[in-house]
Amino acid sequence: MKRILSLVLALLLVFVMAGCSSAPEATEAPEATDAAGTEAPAESEAPAEETPAESEAPAANADFKVGFIFLHDENSTYDKNFMDAATAVQQKLGLTDEQVMFKTNIPESNECYEAAAELVDAGCDVIFADSFGHEDYMIQAAREFPEVQFCHASGTQAHTAGLANFHNAFADIYQGRYLAGIAAGMKINEMIEDGTITADQAKMGYVGAFPYAEVKSGMTSFYLGAKSVCPTVTMDVRYTNSWFDIAKEKEAATSLINDGCVVISQHADSEGAPRACEENNVPNVAYNISTIPIAPNTALISSAISWEPYFTLMIESAMNGEEIPTDYCATLADGGVILTELNTACAAEGTQEAIDAAMEQLLSGELHVFDTANFTVGGETLTSYMADVDTDADFTPDTEAISDGYFHESEYRSAPYFDLDIDGITTK
Amino acid sequence: MKAEAKQHREPFLRIAKRDGLVWWKAWLIRIAAVAAALLVCAGLIVLITDYNPVQIYAAMIEGSFGSSRKIWITLQKTAMLLCIALAVTPAFKMRFWNIGAEGQVLMGALATAGCMIAWGDKLPLAALIPIMVVFAVGAGMVWTVIPAIFRARWGTNETLFTLMMNYVATQLVSFAITFWENPVGSNTVGIINSATSGGWLPSLFGQRYLLNIVVVVLLTLGMFIYLQYSKQGYEIAVVGESQNTARYIGIDVGRVIVRTMAISGAVCGLAGLMLVAGTDHTISTNTVGGQGFTAIMVSWLAKFNPVFMALTSFLLIFLERGSGEIATTFRLNESVSDILTGIILFFIIGCEFFVNYKVYIRLPRKEGSGNA
Repeated sequence: MKRILSLVLALLLVFVMAGCSSAPEATEAPEATDAAGTEAPAESEAPAEETPAESEAPAANADFKVGFIFLHDENSTYDKNFMDAATAVQQKLGLTDEQVMFKTNIPESNECYEAAAELVDAGCDVIFADSFGHEDYMIQAAREFPEVQFCHASGTQAHTAGLANFHNAFADIYQGRYLAGIAAGMKINEMIEDGTITADQAKMGYVGAFPYAEVKSGMTSFYLGAKSVCPTVTMDVRYTNSWFDIAKEKEAATSLINDGCVVISQHADSEGAPRACEENNVPNVAYNISTIPIAPNTALISSAISWEPYFTLMIESAMNGEEIPTDYCATLADGGVILTELNTACAAEGTQEAIDAAMEQLLSGELHVFDTANFTVGGETLTSYMADVDTDADFTPDTEAISDGYFHESEYRSAPYFDLDIDGITTK
Repeated sequence: MKAEAKQHREPFLRIAKRDGLVWWKAWLIRIAAVAAALLVCAGLIVLITDYNPVQIYAAMIEGSFGSSRKIWITLQKTAMLLCIALAVTPAFKMRFWNIGAEGQVLMGALATAGCMIAWGDKLPLAALIPIMVVFAVGAGMVWTVIPAIFRARWGTNETLFTLMMNYVATQLVSFAITFWENPVGSNTVGIINSATSGGWLPSLFGQRYLLNIVVVVLLTLGMFIYLQYSKQGYEIAVVGESQNTARYIGIDVGRVIVRTMAISGAVCGLAGLMLVAGTDHTISTNTVGGQGFTAIMVSWLAKFNPVFMALTSFLLIFLERGSGEIATTFRLNESVSDILTGIILFFIIGCEFFVNYKVYIRLPRKEGSGNA
């Protein structure tokens, strides 16, 4: 017994010594945060000098806080996209780490409500959640704390909930997908010209998470983008039934490749599909982040939602007591829908020019992604489609989405509602 | 012979079983282990981050006790983990390796969600709660009694059987979600009866978590008395020690196995009911979130004593809540706090070795002394 005690004591001593030797570092830490603390107000005063009208705002907002709720952490490309944007906006607006609180790995359950309530307790003035399943719990919190603003990405209920402090946000990402699809189509054209494949073998593969409107809208616009430059292209789709599953996504991509797909794209949050493409030397179009670092030979391009414009708007509105839009939709024009760098090592010649030309047409309104002249459903051109825009338990279609010759995606609500199965796309 | 034995080299480290260590000495070892774990963690924090370990520990305590809301959440989570641990304990005491609590709780949760969706708006709460209890407890029991019967009748391996039943339960929930999801394809059920609160367990004294906590406290006391003082509890202990002895003194081993597993399943079903009707008001494949496996650790760490289990489940929840708080306060990835949790658990589990065994270290031999 004595011996064990002496052993434990000896161990304790060693660790105390270790603690002492590193003590100077530890005392440095508070200084560092002090420095940050004194710097931050200086930064936030800077814009005040330019516009005297707002000079009182930064001082009054020293205790302003914003909270973020993330489904996973930075290991998920979906959440990383949000986290990077939040950090960038924090720096841009000169907010300290104490003013911007992150809660990561919050599941879509009561824990989301608890996280939101804890953020309210911590003094947050505006709280953002990033996953679809968080919405009900954010609404629950919004009802309970009317003085705090709640914002939610990809949700569908804000425009009908009638809550002044609950807001949705999403983006015209279908336009980004369309442009990324052009890169895929150009690559396939190159293969046909090379003689690697015939025009009939032009088949793409798509790894989707769930047969959900957001996924269907994305894959259809991607397909239509490719089809706009390569008319014979078809597409096979495999669902993983999970938003994040590296193994399943990799497996789905591999089996699509084995089925003869010559280009792969995906809507799921892991790096599984891009990695499978790199191993099999099949070009890949990604989502949310540039995959060039993990697939230098096969990454073509990625479309992404940039949350910076929305986060800036959300934080500044809450700070100045202005209204946050109930249902905000980021666009190509405001920098909310972006394409990452085109990988010239893989892309076909003339891709950038083709994308730029289409982008100009989209911006001018000359081109519509879901132009009914460009797709058929069951062999027929659509003239009318009632979409389920207002969420209700029975999924009642309530809004005519087709007019002026095209499907109006993300106009009646920011979250996508195009859920048609068009000809040329086959679900495996 | 004796001379030969003397020439045999004594190993540098020699381990001997202890017999009955005085309780306060055992606790001294455990406290020393926790202290040592905290010191190792402190060293690690300084090494890999620039933060002061004292700040980190303060944040961990803040995470569990920082506000009255946080205290309630901590108590609720402790209660849920404890409830599942209570469920698995009788089986473990019987040396029946039930590692299917995750699926058993999920089945209770699924049955509850089904009742809430089917009758939440049609029946008054007073009528619905007994119905939900019957279905949830029944579903949990089905999930334990099936492997129990197979084990009792045909001697199948219960570890594999109960493990596989977890996956069946997860798939059943996935299947049910395809009918209940809103909107179609989103794979989320959303809050069930959010407008009417139909089938939600009531708040006690304005506290939504209090009912769950009270139920678990009563269950803990009930389980303690059942295992320590009832005839059936004694039968469980005998079957666990030796099935042949149990048979010899006339205990129907098969019956005890099935009966005990039915009790396990009933408590699991109740845990599922409290998770869905009490807190989450939704169902997903992650509703149980791995607690069915964590509960096994809770039970073992407390040596199957329901009262100590309250302490061990509190410890695990405290570490989990602290981890989340560290991630938020210092913007460290939660992996950092998982490492700390791992170190602390390693020391706590590891110290049981020193409670049970004595280690002798070979010292320079003195004249005539055989033993150190």
